[in-house]
Amino acid sequence: MLKNPRRIFLLLVILAVLLAVVDLPENYRVKIRVKTISIDRVINPPVLAFNALGIRFRKELKTRLGLDLSGGTHLVLEADMKDIPSGDRTNALESSRQVIERRINFFGVSEPIVQSAISRDSYRIIVEMPGVTDVEKAVATIGQTALLEFREFTDQNAATGSALAFPTLANTASVNISGGDLRRAAVAFSSQTGEPEVALEFNSDGAKKFSDVTTRLVGKSLAIFLDDMPITWPRVNTPITDGQAVISGGFTAEEARRLALQLNAGALPVPVTVVEKRTVGATLGAASVSQSIRAGLLGLAIVAVFMIALYGRLGMLAVAALVLYGLLTFAIFRWIPITLTLPGVAGFLLSIGMAVDSNILIFERYKEERRHGKPWKVAMELGFGKAWDSIRDANVTTLLTCLILFNPGNWAFLPSSGMVRGFAVTLFVGVLVSLFTGIVVTRTFIRVLYKEKS
Amino acid sequence: MIRFSKYLWVYLLVSAIVLVPGVYSLVRFGLRPAIDFTGGTLLEIQFSRDVPQNIVELVANKDGLALVSIQKTSSNTYLLRMKPEGSENVAAFQTSLATSVGEIPEVVRNETVGPVLGKELLQKTLAAAIMAVIGILLYVAWAFKNVRFGVAAIVALIHDLLVVVGIFSLLGKYAGVEVDTLFVTAILTTMSFSVHDTIVVFDRIRELLRGKEKGGIAEISDMALTQTLGRSLANSFTILFMLLALVLLGGVTIRWFALALLIGTISGTYSSPFVATPILIFWERLAKKQK
Repeated sequence: MLKNPRRIFLLLVILAVLLAVVDLPENYRVKIRVKTISIDRVINPPVLAFNALGIRFRKELKTRLGLDLSGGTHLVLEADMKDIPSGDRTNALESSRQVIERRINFFGVSEPIVQSAISRDSYRIIVEMPGVTDVEKAVATIGQTALLEFREFTDQNAATGSALAFPTLANTASVNISGGDLRRAAVAFSSQTGEPEVALEFNSDGAKKFSDVTTRLVGKSLAIFLDDMPITWPRVNTPITDGQAVISGGFTAEEARRLALQLNAGALPVPVTVVEKRTVGATLGAASVSQSIRAGLLGLAIVAVFMIALYGRLGMLAVAALVLYGLLTFAIFRWIPITLTLPGVAGFLLSIGMAVDSNILIFERYKEERRHGKPWKVAMELGFGKAWDSIRDANVTTLLTCLILFNPGNWAFLPSSGMVRGFAVTLFVGVLVSLFTGIVVTRTFIRVLYKEKS
Repeated sequence: MIRFSKYLWVYLLVSAIVLVPGVYSLVRFGLRPAIDFTGGTLLEIQFSRDVPQNIVELVANKDGLALVSIQKTSSNTYLLRMKPEGSENVAAFQTSLATSVGEIPEVVRNETVGPVLGKELLQKTLAAAIMAVIGILLYVAWAFKNVRFGVAAIVALIHDLLVVVGIFSLLGKYAGVEVDTLFVTAILTTMSFSVHDTIVVFDRIRELLRGKEKGGIAEISDMALTQTLGRSLANSFTILFMLLALVLLGGVTIRWFALALLIGTISGTYSSPFVATPILIFWERLAKKQK
């Protein structure tokens, strides 16, 4: 069925209409008066909502803009430093900042600003997030204090002896190992009992500390506290020098999973409380943003005129294909949804450039084949065929770069947050769509709409 | 056919003229990091009534505060991020505002804030960039069945990165231009673009090498460059239009970002025929001499 270009063309037209609906502007007031007919209403993109097979589905198709373009929510967190020696406070604040940044990114808030703020005695962390809808959830996310701590008994009898001794904050003392010393945590199952447990792996610093502590405490108990509650207090039989440990405390599999997740997202070295929250404007300045948008649109218009001037009717078809490209990409941004920031827009612009380039490559090939005296239809198909190699290889390298920058596996040594990701994801989507429009859309448009005397 | 390969030394000279001062400046002076990397002062001021943002901005600039961003928040307050400032300058700013606005604003907050883009993220981004370069090298070497193409593409990429970073180092030294998080994005864009453009040119060389064309790599690449000239020009112009519009007409806050993109794409287009391709030619000459 898809062999017939006219059918594909029809499908593309339907797609374009659908996309145009998805891409409708938000809160845009239309006021038209033609003689007696007058239209005055506010346009909004559609909201998809339906029940299918008992699953409720709801999707608002709105553009999400980043902090730099439209502002968002501003939170101030106060760190409680009373238990931290004054020399370590700056460090503790910085590691808390990193943990919070990781948590926010982990929960998918796009490109937050997380920075430390110090003034005399107050140690604070400022968090800015785009959008205001998920504030409560975000606050809950940040506030989840998975405060992991290892403590030893202060009373020697309790430490060596009976299992009856129950560790509390009062009868134990910290051994200075906390969640900040962890490299990662994972769910594991005990080889003896088959019970779910949480396996810990310390970073090099933590492993050394843990090795020292377990060497010192051979034959005694080491208590593990989570959020000031003792979870388990195993006896240290042999020193653990490889930086691996296990928490087993009668977890269900679900509890173990949640704990591992919280520990991975990082345990806060310092407890924090939200002291302030409110909305703020765009960091780039609203005036500057709208000016830049106008400049960008003008640039695109010039590109369109240039394409038409250079390639005539072919150029017009390419521009039509590019309009579809823009509609499709924008709809995908809304659908996923992707929060658009300036780096993201840069990625999008770059992908438009690459989409234009695909068309130029094809048309230049076509012109060459025509110069060799081929009839136009043959020349066109040859142009598409021969340009494909270069389009494919050029775009594959770009996709490869995007994948590495986006870091889908959340590898620790690659960026897992912020603007680098925003850039990579928009470029990735843009390049994929440009491959589609360059090869399928432009080609179909030409096959159906273009004729030349031969 | 244009004999591009006759003027290899000219291309070398052009690249050197751009690269040498930039790299010298980069080594000697480095880049001028923005508050994104260094941290600075966060000031929050509150008025009793609505005061236009541009007035606050104007007064801050007149007082010589190095403003980075200004955000209006609820209840007539403004958040100002700037380079580290002492409290006496802040007090002076308050008085200046009082004369312009007719009201002494209350300083709600005056804090020293840390960087937005910490060392950790910067190092990770660098690691990702290096990994991407290796990935590109491997893919190009595989797709073109020749490691020379991969190496040439990467050298051209590094050339383009050095051009952008070098020019911004000079701009930092002589015009006080700072590099911020957006600059990092511009660098990444340059990376992707440079390779994209190089591959398009290499593709034609590959095709001609496969075909019946006779001659060494110099002749083949001359032919390829001549044949792709139309595309290269058309493509360069579309990019130029787009980015010039942003540099000249876009908002002040993104001007340097757009300029970095512009320099990166110009260099990326230039380097495909005039850096990457000559490397292939040089390499073949070297290989022949050794035989």
